[in-house]
Amino acid sequence: MAYDNAEQLEEFRLAARKWLEENCPPSMRTPMLDDEIVWGGRNATFKNPDSKVWLDRMGEKGWTAPEWPKEYGGGGLSRGEARVLEQEMRRIKARPPLFSFGLWMFGPALLEFGNYEQKLRFIPDIVKGKIRWCQGYSEPGAGSDLADLQTRCEDKGDHYLINGQKVWTSYADKADWIFCLVRTDTSVKHEGISFILFDMKSPGVEARPIQLISGESPFCETFFTDVKVPKDQLVGRLNGGWDIAKRLLQFERSSISAGGFGGTGGSGILGPEDYAKQHVGTDEAGRIADGDMRGRITDHKMYVKAFSLTVQRQAEQAKAGQAVGHTASILKYAAAKMNQDRHELLIESLGTEGLGWEGEGFDRGAKKATRQWLRSKGNSIEGGTSEINLNVVAKRVLGLKEHQ
Amino acid sequence: MSFVLTEDQEMLRETATAFARDELSIAHLRAMRDAGANGKDSATRQKLAELGFFGVIIPDEPGAETFGMAGLGQILEAQGRTVAATPLLQTALIAASTLQLGGSAAQQAAWLPKIAAGEKTFALALDESAHFSPYNVSTEAERNGQGYTINGLKKYVPDAHHADMLIVVARTFGEAGDRHGLSLFLVPADAKGVSIAELKTVDSHGAAHVTFDGVNVPESALIGPADEGADILDPVLDRAAIGLAAEMLGSSQAAFDMTLEYLNTRKQFGQLIGSFQSLQHRAAKMFVDLEMTRSCVMAALSAVDEGKADIAELASLAKARAGELVHLVSNECVQMHGGIGMTDAAEPGFYMKRARVQEALYGSASWHRDRYARLGGY
Repeated sequence: MAYDNAEQLEEFRLAARKWLEENCPPSMRTPMLDDEIVWGGRNATFKNPDSKVWLDRMGEKGWTAPEWPKEYGGGGLSRGEARVLEQEMRRIKARPPLFSFGLWMFGPALLEFGNYEQKLRFIPDIVKGKIRWCQGYSEPGAGSDLADLQTRCEDKGDHYLINGQKVWTSYADKADWIFCLVRTDTSVKHEGISFILFDMKSPGVEARPIQLISGESPFCETFFTDVKVPKDQLVGRLNGGWDIAKRLLQFERSSISAGGFGGTGGSGILGPEDYAKQHVGTDEAGRIADGDMRGRITDHKMYVKAFSLTVQRQAEQAKAGQAVGHTASILKYAAAKMNQDRHELLIESLGTEGLGWEGEGFDRGAKKATRQWLRSKGNSIEGGTSEINLNVVAKRVLGLKEHQ
Repeated sequence: MSFVLTEDQEMLRETATAFARDELSIAHLRAMRDAGANGKDSATRQKLAELGFFGVIIPDEPGAETFGMAGLGQILEAQGRTVAATPLLQTALIAASTLQLGGSAAQQAAWLPKIAAGEKTFALALDESAHFSPYNVSTEAERNGQGYTINGLKKYVPDAHHADMLIVVARTFGEAGDRHGLSLFLVPADAKGVSIAELKTVDSHGAAHVTFDGVNVPESALIGPADEGADILDPVLDRAAIGLAAEMLGSSQAAFDMTLEYLNTRKQFGQLIGSFQSLQHRAAKMFVDLEMTRSCVMAALSAVDEGKADIAELASLAKARAGELVHLVSNECVQMHGGIGMTDAAEPGFYMKRARVQEALYGSASWHRDRYARLGGY
């Protein structure tokens, strides 16, 4: 463990504060606008030029991935320093410089399971936001039974050959590379899966966006036809991909419950209590006039508070060495419920103001709330359905037995 | 905010848990009930005193360290696990806090050591109607030459049927419902004019309606300034709600553990019933709620110790969530035990009965939701 005494942390705090003060552009200290989110990659777009400056500076410093080893371009900070950095960023309301599946999911897994050359080759580009990754997990017909995947990967001597189809591949049409689960042995289920990486520009790769009920299409169907992949892009051992997949799912669940769901941070969206006051009205004491709605909103707000205290508690306990197992599943389940309840209450509080789709006549935040209400229905499906997470809790945490 | 116990608090937790398990089991409560004790248990009181549980938040000497609310919370959680009837909430928490927050130096010197030693137990006489409503006080304390004369009726006062002293909330000014005009008094339970009508309650802990009929107390019985009692009462009631939430968390955890064990032993259709997915998911959801409520209770306990500004919000959060949790878990405990759960011979019913009492005292979940919203400005 790196040093972490109070004095040195304080020193680090001052240094970090100074650096942020000098390097974080003023426009990056305002609430994040959805269309200014930076995903990086070869075709990165920067609607606000400051966001590029901010990403470059943070990436250079390794502070997009503060706790990753310096050797691979990370920040090399201790847990305590990383927390200080986070506090200092929050203090000046600094935007996250980079949104990235590489940072949240793939990077941590590669650091654990990849070999030295692979880490050296891929991690620095994740830190700097130069390569945008997508995840090739789900397949049509497999659903929650993730291991029931059919995409074939054959050993052709000097390369692997991949054929098959993935679905729900987030931003596959915008990603540069994919981390992908493939079947390398058809005679067994979990033990026949491998974890492989390849360039989305490889011949034979095609991604088609899927339009959702919210009108958006963050997801794609992705087709692989005779895709040639160099052999050194296999991570871990052949047929040993399932362990990596499971670990990565934990990172995914953690990142979902820590950061909410894909951009639903809610720029321009007020809380249900604000909308209820506006559209339902208030009584003479200034409370939401509809007592039942007020009660349900309060119940939800208490859930949100309990959730954030639980996240804090888990972090503190982990720090004190009292880690609770499978926290990711507990929090993922709760986060999905919380986010869906929030959007149901938002729409209900908005009344007919929440029924707009596009164009004039509805306020921007309300229209956004409508889209996000629809989007939130996916929260209990993506990243492991709520039922799957309850299964994990029941079996792994509570020790309940399998049906015989 | 601290979510990790100190070593001392951890040891206290272990002692309290072992004590509740070994000496204050549900079998003990059942025996007391069957003997008609109605929660009166001088032997237990003696043992609690020997363990030092009455003095957990009272420093040995002014300024000395204590186990704090977080420590007391561990004891209350432990007693909640076995639904134990003890005077700790009323005496070690409510009376000690009242005196610490509002008592004069003389009152503190006179009573805190007696509380810490378990020599005197207390009961807070507050409610006058069926629902918690702390300012809805009609009981009057009228000034006379030497002090005050108290007249009124207090309903469902926990521990009043076996307490030595009462802390009485009375009105010295204004009308029922006013925050201003409340005053707190120390009244011996055997004072002339105090009549205590013992109640047989659903949880077998007992309680009492208490009537004050021309009860004279001296000036020195007044805790804090006259008319401004709510300034003391409010933070005391927050602490009471937090302590009770800790107890409810303990009850919920125990009922959950009992349910889980049953799911893992009882077979039907040739299967462990715990292998049925419908029951697995309900168990897992309860566990998520348990974990979330534990966070709220720990946050509230530590907020008191750290003197945080948001104690009131956290108290309402903890009490409301613990209220919902304890009903959920105790009901599921009965349901998942099936017919057995409906029998008096089994333990689940004790949790369900106690849960109703726990919820009603110091504000139901509805009451606390309402306050949480008010504090939040909506």
